[in-house]
This record gives sequence, structure tokens and C-alpha cells, in this order.
Amino acid sequence: MRPILMKGHERPLTFLKYNREGDLLFSCAKDHTPNVWFADNGERLGTYKGHNGAVWCCDVSRDSMCLITGSADQSVKLWNVQTGAQLYSFSFDSPARSVDFSVGNKLAVITTDPFMEQTAAIHVKRIAEDPSDQTSESVLTIKAPNGRQRINRAVWGPLNRTIISAGEDAVVRIWDSETGKLLKESEKETGHQKPITSLSKSSDWSHFITGSLDKSAKLWDSRTMTLIKTYVTERPVNACDISPLLDHVVLGGGQDASNVTTTDRRAGKFEAKFFHKILQEEIGGVKGHFGPINALAFNPDGRSFSSGGEDGYVRLHHFDPDYFNIKM
Amino acid sequence: MASVEAPPANRVRWGELEEDDGEDLDFLLPPRMVIGPDENGVKKVIEYKFNEDGNKVKITTTSRARKLAQARLTKRALERRSWPKFGDASHEDVNSRLTVPSTEEIILERPRAPGSKAEEPKVAGDPLAALGKGGAVLMVCRTCGKKGDHWTSKCPYKDLASQAEGFMDKPSASETAAPASATTTTKGAYVPPGMRGGAERTGTEMRRRNDENSVRVTNLSEDTREPDLLELFRTFGAVSRVYVAVDQKTQVSRGFGFVNFVNKEDAERAINKLNGYGYDNLILRVEWATPRTN
Repeated sequence: MRPILMKGHERPLTFLKYNREGDLLFSCAKDHTPNVWFADNGERLGTYKGHNGAVWCCDVSRDSMCLITGSADQSVKLWNVQTGAQLYSFSFDSPARSVDFSVGNKLAVITTDPFMEQTAAIHVKRIAEDPSDQTSESVLTIKAPNGRQRINRAVWGPLNRTIISAGEDAVVRIWDSETGKLLKESEKETGHQKPITSLSKSSDWSHFITGSLDKSAKLWDSRTMTLIKTYVTERPVNACDISPLLDHVVLGGGQDASNVTTTDRRAGKFEAKFFHKILQEEIGGVKGHFGPINALAFNPDGRSFSSGGEDGYVRLHHFDPDYFNIKM
Repeated sequence: MASVEAPPANRVRWGELEEDDGEDLDFLLPPRMVIGPDENGVKKVIEYKFNEDGNKVKITTTSRARKLAQARLTKRALERRSWPKFGDASHEDVNSRLTVPSTEEIILERPRAPGSKAEEPKVAGDPLAALGKGGAVLMVCRTCGKKGDHWTSKCPYKDLASQAEGFMDKPSASETAAPASATTTTKGAYVPPGMRGGAERTGTEMRRRNDENSVRVTNLSEDTREPDLLELFRTFGAVSRVYVAVDQKTQVSRGFGFVNFVNKEDAERAINKLNGYGYDNLILRVEWATPRTN
């Protein structure tokens, strides 16, 4: 395959997100402006100007009309996808790390980092249908048990009944989204040993994958919180995703950016590694980035995927026909 | 497809024509015909025009419309396609430099040669059993040189190794550097090849191991690639490595390659069977890569 290189960001990429139909790709980076691209040819459709800090995460509504972005400037903003106009801005007392729309786009879960005397927290906000009715009240606020450790990602569980969170304390937790009660948490022995950097749901939300700096990714059941599979690599995992089409998962990562110049290029392990979801065996690697991969996303049709790296590039890969015939 | 028909009888002499009179003659031509598209999307367009010599030429263009990715887009997605650019994107021209196709072809690199998987478990069992009986250690990692611990494909240091393809031509130079880093104790820090733990390992030792049960195949056609060679040779037994020499500059096959077998007997059988075998209109020459004394 011949990837399409998209250089819309000046700083390392942080997050990539396709809309439901898979025709738009949203990219967030440490520069302050999220971008939106056409996912087939990589043409840039627009930019969302307004943040004043690194943008860590984004999500797009089911109808592809509303974009939510969480930024280190201690704000979470809602945008009109089509025009790039800012609809609303939530203010927090610490940087926002992750955002996720619920089923139906009525609610959004937002995580904020520990900062000064603030501890890490999960907020649930109601998203008004009409942006002019939008208020900043939280429906629910959950204080993290290990308040000094960041929650890197929080997403909605099946039917919006739960919130799944993972972060620097290496524990995956499931919370009741109504009461904020802790329902389940991963066990020390089976769980990750080092901070969890990424969390991604399967297309039907029945299971999810977590990537960790302990050089592994784990597949969990969204309801029972049982560990299903473990994928072991030779690199810290910064990003992971589950193919919606085939039984594949993709992991990306690489050594810490601060070590890149001191080691051999090949030692960096900057490829996106494909694993068989069930057999846990490595299928192959896709090279290209000059730095660690920070973001990975499968197109909802499973026929292409994009990766965002510390090098500031988004690489959009359309799979060759061979990919679909790989036999294990 | 163009076929020249007989020149028209009432040919106009070029001297009598104005410079831009060319189009005026078009009324002499039969009308353009479009046939199709049929159920396979095949469309035929038949046109007539005059070529430079004033001869009437019939041009039949057969084209097939293939469904593009765009055809799969939903109505909403198509609508979004026509959205005006906004933000910084609105000042970009269409062929903006922001989006460029990669100049290099990226492949999904398999951890092992496609198709070689089936033999692996069997092979893995044998040497392990042999190990228990105190026999020779067959499981040697080609990357880090560790014996009996893991296969090359499972080597934790495999990414550090130079591409195996480069080995045959200049084994002593690249090989000493690659596996040496495996024994590096401080992880992540760069250690020059000469100072690495395994640096004293000589190139000849490595070369010997690489050449074990190695079969040289010459007079290959330019189209033959590694998978083809693997396909050809795997019938004789477990193949541990296939390599086709490719010109670095032109990417054209240099017409020879190497196949390493796990078992010597398999290699021998392959040589007996395939030496002189007609493959892709060429007669293969298959022999031991290193002249054997026996």
C-alpha cells in the first residue's frame, strides 16, 4: 500500500477519530488546532481554531455534526463540524485529557488531570441538542481513587450504563454512570503493570483493548471486566485499536520520544503492529513513522487505518487486497 | 483501437483549407455512438475523426466503469464531500502540499515468510526433543545467536538486526554489527558495534551458520520473487529462509537466490529434483551454496 501523508500539524499527534460513516477523519495534536480530513483521499476539510493548548482527545457525534475536543488549556469545546465554529466551551480547573460521547450523544464523559491541588476526576456533562441551551453543570463527578495519577481515557460502556476508565495507576475501572459507584476493577496480577496509555472499544462495544507502557495490550470484556487476551510486543504501547472487519488488533508505540536520537533507528520500533485478535499472534508490521506512534484508528469499514506519530504526520493507509486474505 | 478506413473520395485539398477549418469537416463523419454501459459496467464509444493524413479513422474506446470508494459513501457523506473548506483549510489550493502520497511502497511486513508457518511447530518440536536427549541444538536464533531459547522470528531483538536480505553479499560487515547489540546490557543506550558484547564473534562463524543447508539457485527469471521460490522449494521440506538477490538501484532481480533448508536431506532432494528444472522458460541451476567436500 502507498500511504497518504498528511502534514497538517506542527506538533506531535495525540488522537485520531473517524466519524461513524468513516468519510471524515479528525486529528488532534499538541498544536492547538484539531483538523478534519476526508478519509479517502486525505484532503483537509477544515480546522477548529480556538484552543490555547495541546488538544488531547476528541469525539464526534453520530450524525457527524458536533465535535467535542478536550485540551490542556483546561477547556473542553463543542464545535460545529461543518463550519468550524465553536458552539460551547466548558471550563475546568485542570487540563482535560479525554472526551467521549455517549450513545445518543446526550452525554459526554470528560476526564481531567491532576493539577496543582486538583485531583484527577471524571465528569459527565449533559450535551444540549441546541447549543444555546448548553450549560456547564456536571451531571456526575467521580473523584479518582488515586487522585494524583492521571486518568488517560474514559469511555462509555454498553448502553451508557457504565463508564470505563484507565490511567496511570495501571488499573482499568468500571463505574456506574448513574451513581458514580465503582463496580469493578482489574486485578493486579492479570492487569497492566505500567500506566495505561490508550483504550479503544470494539465496534459493538462488547469488548475493549487497553495499551500500556508495560509493552502489552490487553483485551477485556466490557461487562464482566474479564481479561480475554493479552498481546505482548517489544515496545511501550501508546495507541491501539480493534479492527471492525477482521479479527485483528493494531498496536502502535515506540520508545520514549526523548530517547529517539540516542538509539538506532530500528531500535525505536515505530511500526504499527498487527496482531490476530484471537490467536494473539503477530500478523505483521507497517513501518513509516519517524517517531513513536501516538494515535491509531481503524476506519469503521475496516479497509483502511490511520496512524499519527510524534513526527507530526498522519499516515493514512488503505489496505492492499492481500491484507484481507492473510491466513494464520 | 483504431482502424483506418478508405480515404474519402471527395478529399479536400489542404491548400484550400483555412487554418481552423478542421472542425468544418466533422459533418462528413458518422455521428458518435455510445453503446452501454452494460451490466458489467462496460461502455463502448465509437468515434470518427480525421487523422493528420486526412484519412478517416474509426476509434472504438472500450471502458469499464469500476465502483470507486466514493460510490459506497452514504448520502450524508456525499453531502459532506461538497462542504466548503473552513479554517486554515480554506486558503489552501486543491493540490495542497499538506497531503502527499507516500513515495515509497509500504508493505505489511510479516514476521515470517508467508506460508512458512505450517512447518514451524513441527520443527520446533524436533529440536526441543533433541535438546533433551543431549543432541545438537538446532534452534539457533539467527538474529542474536542464542541457542535453544527462541526462533529467529520470536527473537526479542529482531528489530535491531539489519535486514537479513543484505547478508549474503557482505556477511562479515553487517552481521557482526547486528546480533552484537542483542547482548547489550543497558537497554536503550546506543552502543557502537565494536563495543558490544558479541562483537568478538567472527564473521566467519556467522557465515558458516548462514550457509548451512543453503542452496543456491541461479538462472532465475527476473519475475521470480521470494514467495515464488518458497512455493517451489517448500515441497521438499521446511525452509528457513528464502532470498532473491535484487539490484539495489533498479529493484530488478539479479537472477539468483538462496534457499536455506532446515534439514540437509531436504536440501539434497531439492537439488536433485530441481537442478535443470524448467521454471518460467528458464532452466534452473540448483546447487549447494558452498562447495561441499563430501
